[in-house]
Amino acid sequence: MIRHIPALALLAALAALPFALGQNPYLLNALITTGIVTIAAMSLNLLLGFTGQLSLGHIAFFGIGAYVSALTSLGFDVELVGGLRVVHEPWPPVVGFLLAVLATAACGYLVGRLSFRVRGAYFVIVTISFAEVVRLVALNWVELTQGPLALTGIPPFSLGLPGLGTTTLRTKLQNYYLVLVVGTLCYALIARLVASRFGRAMRGLKENESLALSVGINATRTLTVAAVISAAMAGAAGSLYAHYLRIIDPDVFLFSTTVTMVIMVVGGGKGTLLGPIVGGLIFGLLPVALRPVMVPEAQWMVFGLVLIAIQFVMPKGIVPGVARLVTRRRASAATAPRIPMEVRP
Amino acid sequence: MPEFLQHLLNTLILGGTYALLGIGLTLIFGIMNVVNFTHGALYTVGAYVMYLAVTALGLSFFAALPTAILGGLLLGAILDLVLLRPLRGADMDTTMLVMIGAGIVLQSGTLWLFGGVAKSIPTPFPDAPLQLGPVSVSWLRLFVLGAALVLIGLTYGLINRTRLGLAMRATFQDHDTASLMGVNVRLIYTATFALGSSLAAAAGALLGPVYVVFPQMGGMAELKAFAIVILGGLGNITGAAIGGFILALAEELGAGYISSGYRDAMGFLIIIAVLVFKPTGLFAKAERIG
Amino acid sequence: MSDTPILSIEHVGVRFGGLVAIADLHFDVHAGEIVSLIGPNGAGKTTAFNVMTGFLKPSQGQVRFRGTSLQGLQPHEIVRLGLGRTFQRTSVFPDDTVFDNVMIGLHRQGRARVLDTLLGRDRAGEARLRERARDLLDWVGLSGRAGEKAGALAYGEQRLVGVALALATEPAMLLLDEPVSGMNASETQVFVRLIRSIRDRGITLLLVEHDMPMVMEVSDRIVVLNYGRLIAEGPPAAIRADPAVIEAYLGHSSAALHQDGAGRTAATETIDA
Repeated sequence: MIRHIPALALLAALAALPFALGQNPYLLNALITTGIVTIAAMSLNLLLGFTGQLSLGHIAFFGIGAYVSALTSLGFDVELVGGLRVVHEPWPPVVGFLLAVLATAACGYLVGRLSFRVRGAYFVIVTISFAEVVRLVALNWVELTQGPLALTGIPPFSLGLPGLGTTTLRTKLQNYYLVLVVGTLCYALIARLVASRFGRAMRGLKENESLALSVGINATRTLTVAAVISAAMAGAAGSLYAHYLRIIDPDVFLFSTTVTMVIMVVGGGKGTLLGPIVGGLIFGLLPVALRPVMVPEAQWMVFGLVLIAIQFVMPKGIVPGVARLVTRRRASAATAPRIPMEVRP
Repeated sequence: MPEFLQHLLNTLILGGTYALLGIGLTLIFGIMNVVNFTHGALYTVGAYVMYLAVTALGLSFFAALPTAILGGLLLGAILDLVLLRPLRGADMDTTMLVMIGAGIVLQSGTLWLFGGVAKSIPTPFPDAPLQLGPVSVSWLRLFVLGAALVLIGLTYGLINRTRLGLAMRATFQDHDTASLMGVNVRLIYTATFALGSSLAAAAGALLGPVYVVFPQMGGMAELKAFAIVILGGLGNITGAAIGGFILALAEELGAGYISSGYRDAMGFLIIIAVLVFKPTGLFAKAERIG
Repeated sequence: MSDTPILSIEHVGVRFGGLVAIADLHFDVHAGEIVSLIGPNGAGKTTAFNVMTGFLKPSQGQVRFRGTSLQGLQPHEIVRLGLGRTFQRTSVFPDDTVFDNVMIGLHRQGRARVLDTLLGRDRAGEARLRERARDLLDWVGLSGRAGEKAGALAYGEQRLVGVALALATEPAMLLLDEPVSGMNASETQVFVRLIRSIRDRGITLLLVEHDMPMVMEVSDRIVVLNYGRLIAEGPPAAIRADPAVIEAYLGHSSAALHQDGAGRTAATETIDA
């Protein structure tokens, strides 16, 4: 329990934050979108940080989750190849959320199985390609997705408890807490996973694959399960995004969002629990802070330079870097001055 | 039938520049084992240098091309010296992320400097296309094809007939042995990266006048370059050249007979298909380059 | 000892393109034995291990463990049958502590389902695993190092971690790949005692080693490979005197040297080196 104190403190701070900011809508919006991308970053960390698979197509899961959730709640009417007409009536957004999670979990399963045939740099390229194909489909299958014209009017979430009535989450404050709750659940899930036998298996595979195989760890199954959970979490984040923004277009699949997530994970500290959150807050809110000072292109240049700098200066990321500084301080405080050998009589 | 012939002709032209892109990347990927995420940015830089040379510096079109190639060569060398050399020996993830960062800086920098409005590069060729029986081709595109073939030929010559090329081939096969044999491996790496980058720049400089020049043009080009490299097998120049033409053919036929919207998707589908079914590429004699 | 061997290598061959790494390897190991596989460098010993543990598919022949054919089985499936191994290089999970290394190694023993883990219902199981990890570290003599990063340990101690990992899988038979490389004489002696205690617990052992005195001391039988072929098999005393073995290590002239007593010391010293 003690080691969870930093996380709990952070949670408390985040819960109180809207009120500290006077419920400023601009800032709340920034926090909500940052929070959503941070959840996606946490899911990417599961693959990148804990199993060592550099999946750079992660945005595909996010986007698929967003579109599935949006289309489920909006309904659609398409004609498929062969004249088959598929009509879907709108369903409640919560169902959209569930379907988004299931659909992306299935995609995650495919990616997991694929990562066996294809390793290292090739895996990176395949995942990027997958994301691009999905983006092009979203762009071109206008009948289903409205292409660049975007899906609009996506309904917000309605949560209801039997006997207590339903609330529709329209305000920023409500959405902020929804994101916080989902984020906390995701964090807890990952924390539990990492501390378990499954987490040990992931670590083993990342650090020494042949050795892991030789103690009976099933690499395919472990990586596939990690990919499924990771994808499902990203899909959930995508669904939150769709029902908060209430408008989704193919730009949700842009490689630049994947880059942002990667910077959050790598900058914050891949393979750590708090890393993506620290990274998420810093790199998600950095554009907001830089906006008055720099044009977006310049901001991206800063991002690129930061990404480079991290690899040289703090390759493990901010959280481990800070942790190391703290332990070094403690260690140097603990050592007493020694009498040099030559001085002894 | 004439439609098909037209597609074939377009394939030749597009394929030549794709081949340049692919050869450049396969050299870098194959010899240095670096996933070069700046390749697309170099393509873009090549196009912009071409643009600047013709419009701002007033150079002739035919002088601007070598200028762009030289620009790519220099930029590639700088990138290697500043970013890759200090990281030699670091794990692949670190190098990849640094390259991604550099690519972002270059692309955003281009956007920042030139703005997002697409530019076109004036060419000295007549507008009226040349009619060759049932097919037509513009003078510009004919020049592009010719230039691409010349550059591919020069690259072949460099790799297979010069001492530098010999050293590169040796390094590709076995870094340690090559260095024990007296090859200055550090120099070879820089030369390889510079050469690969100059080929990307050449491709950009050639295609820039054909289409338009805009800062994001490199993104797609880079992913297509990866498709070509994977098709042809890592480090396999002939494979990359053929792969370039295959990709161009797939795009032309796909756009012509299936749907033009999905034209760009062809490259990715090829990547995915090849990696899933035959990860070593279609021409897997990846034990030697050349 | 039963009649059916616990491990049978049946006419196993391995080719890499034109290179023959192993040519028609055929021998058995019986339950409770300590057998050593020796031979000059490049003789195919680690390749043989890789075939036995599913890391490499043989071009011909098969391996049987406790009567079951290992053909087409993945490494983790072979471990589940009870055949464990250590590695010659990189025998640890470098970024984890020694204790956590063993916890990873106990993967097979913690059979919790992912759902139970997510809901936190497996506390008792985890406690038992930690107890088992402590026992294993005691057994190999690394209790004092439990909290240190495995990657920072001396090479010889890393091999011990590797052995603990293999023992964690509760094997019926263990393949040890050059277990004492990087150990000095006293560490090797401690290791010999460990090997004997492993055999006393009923685990059959097949070792690959270069340390001749240790091999001679600990083995019930020795199998000699050269150029991927089995050239001799038998108890230590017989192998020591076998001319084919001496020739394999030292060449023709030395086999002749061995004939006249004058050269004998030199020959045996070199084999023992």
